[in-house]
Amino acid sequence: MNRKLFLILPIVSLLFLAVLLAKGLQSDPRKLESKRVGKPAPEIVLTTLDGKQFNSQSMQGKVWLLNVFASWCSACVTEHPKLMQLAEQHRLPMVGLAYKDKTSDTVSWLKQHGGNPYDIIAVDLDGRVGIEYGVYGVPETFVIDSEGKVRMRHAGPVDDEFIAQHVEPLLAVSNVGNTK
Amino acid sequence: MIAELGQWSLALALAIALVSSILGFWHLTRQSLSTAYLSRALTGTALLNFFLIALSFGALIWSFIANDFSVRNVAENSNSLLPTAYRFAASWGSHEGSLLLWVLMLAGWTAAVALRSANLAHGFRARVMAVLLILQVAFIGLLLASSNPFLRLLPAALEGRDLNPLLQDPVMVIHPPMLYMGYVGFAVTFAFSIAALLEGRLDPTWARWSRPWANAAWAFLTVGILLGSWWAYTELGWGGWWFWDPVENASILPWLAGTALIHSLAVTDKRDALKSWTVLLSLIAFALSLLGTFLVRSGVLTSVHAFATDPTRGILILSLLCAVVGIAFVLYAWRTREVGMGGSFSLVSRESLLLLNNLLLAASLAAVLLGTLYPLVVEAFGGEKMSVGPPYFEAVFAPLLLPAAWFMAMSPWSTWKSTSSFSLIKPLLFPLIAAVVVTAGFILLRGKGSIMMALGIASATMLACATVMHVAQRVRQQGIALSRLYALGLSYWAMVLAHLGVAVFIAGVTLVKTYEVEKDLVLSPGQTENFDGAMLRFDGVRMRTGENYGAWQGMFELKHANGSTVQLTPEKRRYMSNGQVMSEAAIDVGFFGDTYLSMGEPLPVEGNKPQAWTARIYSKPFINWIWWGCCMMALGGVLSIFDRRYRNKAKLKDKSMSQEQVSQAAV
Repeated sequence: MNRKLFLILPIVSLLFLAVLLAKGLQSDPRKLESKRVGKPAPEIVLTTLDGKQFNSQSMQGKVWLLNVFASWCSACVTEHPKLMQLAEQHRLPMVGLAYKDKTSDTVSWLKQHGGNPYDIIAVDLDGRVGIEYGVYGVPETFVIDSEGKVRMRHAGPVDDEFIAQHVEPLLAVSNVGNTK
Repeated sequence: MIAELGQWSLALALAIALVSSILGFWHLTRQSLSTAYLSRALTGTALLNFFLIALSFGALIWSFIANDFSVRNVAENSNSLLPTAYRFAASWGSHEGSLLLWVLMLAGWTAAVALRSANLAHGFRARVMAVLLILQVAFIGLLLASSNPFLRLLPAALEGRDLNPLLQDPVMVIHPPMLYMGYVGFAVTFAFSIAALLEGRLDPTWARWSRPWANAAWAFLTVGILLGSWWAYTELGWGGWWFWDPVENASILPWLAGTALIHSLAVTDKRDALKSWTVLLSLIAFALSLLGTFLVRSGVLTSVHAFATDPTRGILILSLLCAVVGIAFVLYAWRTREVGMGGSFSLVSRESLLLLNNLLLAASLAAVLLGTLYPLVVEAFGGEKMSVGPPYFEAVFAPLLLPAAWFMAMSPWSTWKSTSSFSLIKPLLFPLIAAVVVTAGFILLRGKGSIMMALGIASATMLACATVMHVAQRVRQQGIALSRLYALGLSYWAMVLAHLGVAVFIAGVTLVKTYEVEKDLVLSPGQTENFDGAMLRFDGVRMRTGENYGAWQGMFELKHANGSTVQLTPEKRRYMSNGQVMSEAAIDVGFFGDTYLSMGEPLPVEGNKPQAWTARIYSKPFINWIWWGCCMMALGGVLSIFDRRYRNKAKLKDKSMSQEQVSQAAV
């Protein structure tokens, strides 16, 4: 009996493994689930690029986008045109978080790459806000809802799929209150 | 045109392999053609197929060298700025290209078996060839169905997207071919086992035929893993050499199975024992190679290495894996029942020692497999996304494998069938004392003693000492003349070399884990920092232009405690084609350890002060011993292939008295 079990064991483990791997294939390993999703977004109090004060409290009642970028980040170049497109449609306020980036560098980078898509650019020179948001890499994008909760976190360049899946539906629901 | 030629010859190879393997099996089962004829026909097919697949691979390389950006794969993975050597390597830098390399390796191994198997029984040889050809069918089919590297991109791209800069490293040029040689090499032992199972003839001859192939595959795999680890060390910029990353685990799994296999084959060869275990191991080794390919290529587990992700491909590779391994395991369950248990042995014997080591290897294999797949298990049962980190692997791996070193120390002193416990313990007395002395010495002189550190050093010393003492004893018996030493058999020297390699490896790992030091620095030009007894001076940064990148090159001078100085020039490179930034560490390599320096970021300039940079410096004592240990193991594997026992012509001589004693000694 024991011997038979020993002979059949390899097949049984193979079957188990196959089911497991097939199931694993269905999920997207690149999706980073953040502990912050569904929780209130950490407060941001920072100086903006033009020297004013920005407090994230002022965004209450709106669906807005927080995009972490930097002039030293190569992937940010890729997503920049998408953000410009989004900005042209004037659908929702976009806040840029210039992450560990000198103001002069940020300004010249934006100039070089065809403009500023953001309504507000907050300067996070020492990266403290980045830490509070659990920024994993640049670029990273957070969608924050009208109640001030993080609805979605996206690591890597923003693409059409992200906008269609995560930004559009929120706008459809809460567009009424979202006057800009 | 060249790319089409590549695709056609691949398609032709697929058709030939399909027709010949099916016809081969048909006639073998019906016994409608003589096995002598079939074995000749199938080996001929194998050679022809190797030629066709090599042609196809050549076409891909040609497309890369010639910058043919109308081939999608070239456009996606190369660039006209890319140096020629890397354009060559880029042909296997992508998913498609690496699968073609896989197929080429398989065809190469098949051709090698065809050429080196003239002394096998005809029926057996024909079955081995047919199994290998079926595997070719499966993999060429997969390639053409889901990952064709020859697809055109029309209109052609003006410029290619470039090879991932991480892969632009000389080591990366040879790492994948070596690793794949190892992976695919286990296809040969797999085919031998399937053929033996089909014939219902698992005997010492089967094991003897398998041994050199298993050793060769294992040696290649060892070199492949070593190169990968070395690459991670030099290229990833933070001084680590093993991360327990899923892709690394995918290569260590078949290695562990292979290590168990080459030892278990020895038992089956010499003593006709452990047969069903050995055959299972040979199936598992190849299954794990396939699993490795699947894990890397499907991206099912997140990893710094996962270069291609595509669910359709994943499903295809998974189905292929299940089909190949499933059939093999069914065959195993069905056929092994008829195989006897083979020769018996007593509780204290060389067989027992080898079996014990096999069990330790199998247990560590299971532990690594569990750790690698655990995130999938958790997710499958609805848990959160998670990963299993180095702490788990280190906690299970070392305690499972260190005892193996002790059994390895005993093994040369043991004899087949039965050994008295006393004759095993007695020769270990001196190594044991040496181990205690050396370990105590390290703790006294350099501090930082811990249980794992003491166990590591003691095991390494003990193993090295016991092995060297055994050599000394043999030399005393045989005399020092070169011909007498050769008469001990290459297998013996291979075992000595490989086991010493394990000792060197364990010592390297333990010492680097215990004594490595790192320090984060912020340096302005002209500033000097103390580090681990040495002085590091920063002389500023200059711009440098490489073939396809621009770089900030930091200029540092390191003054060691003994007064010698070295210039270190770590770089921060920015690749022109896509703007990716890479760190290139500078390493001062030494026998007793490396100093490893990597550049961080430039700091914001304050006022008129010169630009300051962050940097990180590591002291890595004895880290080279890790690579040298692996080299010795691999060299041992290679050496054993040339043992005369595996050459049929030498068979008669083997019967003479003195040779009989010698082969007793060699595992």
